[in-house]
Amino acid sequence: MRRQLPIIVCFVFGIFMLVQFFIPHRSFIFAYENVLDWMQIIYVFTLLVGVANYIKINSKKVSTKIKGWGYNLVALSGLLVMVILGFAQGTGEDTPFLWMFNHIQAPMQATMFSLLAFFVASAAYRGFRARSKEATILLLTAAVVMLGRVPIGNMIHSSIPDLANWILNFPSMAARRGILIGIGLGTISTSLRIILGIERTYLGRE
Amino acid sequence: MFKLFWTSMHKFQKRSQILFLMLFFLCLFHSIAFCQKVDSKDLKGSWYDPTKTNVLVGILICIALLFFFIFYGKKKGNLFIREIAGLQAIDDAIGRATEMGKPILYSAGLGKMERVATMASMNILGSVAEKVAEYNTPLIFPNYDPVVMAVAQEVVKEGFTRAGHPEFYNPDNVFFVTQSQFGYVAAVDGIMVRQKPATNLFLGTFEAESLILAETGNSIGAIQIAGTDSTIQLSFFIVACDYTLIGEELFAASGYLTKDPMVLGSIKGQDYLKILIIILVLAGGILATFNSEFLRMLFP
Repeated sequence: MRRQLPIIVCFVFGIFMLVQFFIPHRSFIFAYENVLDWMQIIYVFTLLVGVANYIKINSKKVSTKIKGWGYNLVALSGLLVMVILGFAQGTGEDTPFLWMFNHIQAPMQATMFSLLAFFVASAAYRGFRARSKEATILLLTAAVVMLGRVPIGNMIHSSIPDLANWILNFPSMAARRGILIGIGLGTISTSLRIILGIERTYLGRE
Repeated sequence: MFKLFWTSMHKFQKRSQILFLMLFFLCLFHSIAFCQKVDSKDLKGSWYDPTKTNVLVGILICIALLFFFIFYGKKKGNLFIREIAGLQAIDDAIGRATEMGKPILYSAGLGKMERVATMASMNILGSVAEKVAEYNTPLIFPNYDPVVMAVAQEVVKEGFTRAGHPEFYNPDNVFFVTQSQFGYVAAVDGIMVRQKPATNLFLGTFEAESLILAETGNSIGAIQIAGTDSTIQLSFFIVACDYTLIGEELFAASGYLTKDPMVLGSIKGQDYLKILIIILVLAGGILATFNSEFLRMLFP
């Protein structure tokens, strides 16, 4: 029963979601919206599970003082401070909670995102090395596309931007669509296996 | 000569039966699609939306074909599936981590449980956990989503039990980190830099963080296997990782690793659907060249 019940629930809701797409009747729209609401409610409760796990793991590391426990202490403090500030003075404008979010969390996130620029450069350097015939084609194509995206490309030759657009719209797009078709078919196939209970690793196999 | 001709014709007939069936559905699809001249605004209260008939017929074709091959796979047993380099490399990657005495890092990215890519990732995780348990190599799995964490804990635990070593399972190694995209990246990067895993597996749903994770993994010298359903992130993984599962390879991984005949059958069905799509693309190209609207009308 431990495995049968989730499989039945998965089958019923999977089929319902498929069928409701074709039925515009009010009762189905109502049921669909209700299911989405349930999902939101269940999700909020699962967040509590996540937070409980977060506190448990970090507290354990701090209490046993394993290597790098200072980071765990900072993580725990961050959680507690934000919760206390949120409950004490709310989360609206001109509150300490929002100040902390705007002046600490947002800049830290922006910093992490900014790293992407440097990583793109290092990855491009490695990826575009002309080690083989294929890598040389990749390098030349990338050079044309990059030049086609900036004003200097047009200054070198007026046809470079057109060539760059052609590469993006035809060979590149054809490859992307090929991959997307494969992903679409894989998604349908995997969904069907899950709905029918053929794929049940996510429940823990027998 | 005559006998050879008839034998090859017989073989062709057997293989083409499926294609003829597809063609039949296509004609049905076309005739129904031409009948749909209904405004979707007038459909509230109706029990069927005829403007979606083409989608319905398309789904029915997919389901029929996949069903056929699932049962065909069950009847026939082990079906052939081509080698997927990224999945072949998983064994070597686990062996490398074991030899080096370092952990394996697994990430399903930012996907929630309703994403099929996350489901596919959980299927791979089951096989990875089973192999990891045999060598008692630590498997670290930081999570972005608490539901994925709960599922992953169960999958890893079952994997260790299947391998006959439930005592090696450490629930603290599958944990929740944060729901902030770049907070998650910072945490996973920190784990990589501090614990220096020998193998990184990035399988699931990834967005802008894909390259940050893969480049950090590259900088610590880890062997990296990645796979995602985002075509944009695939290019980053291809550049920064040793092996990348492209497109449907991520979804085929479960069948490839478990050799389950029913799963392999559904992958075979996917291949036949791909043949159908290739025929449609070619036919569409030819018809469009001759100014025919026949196929275009099917997909308004």
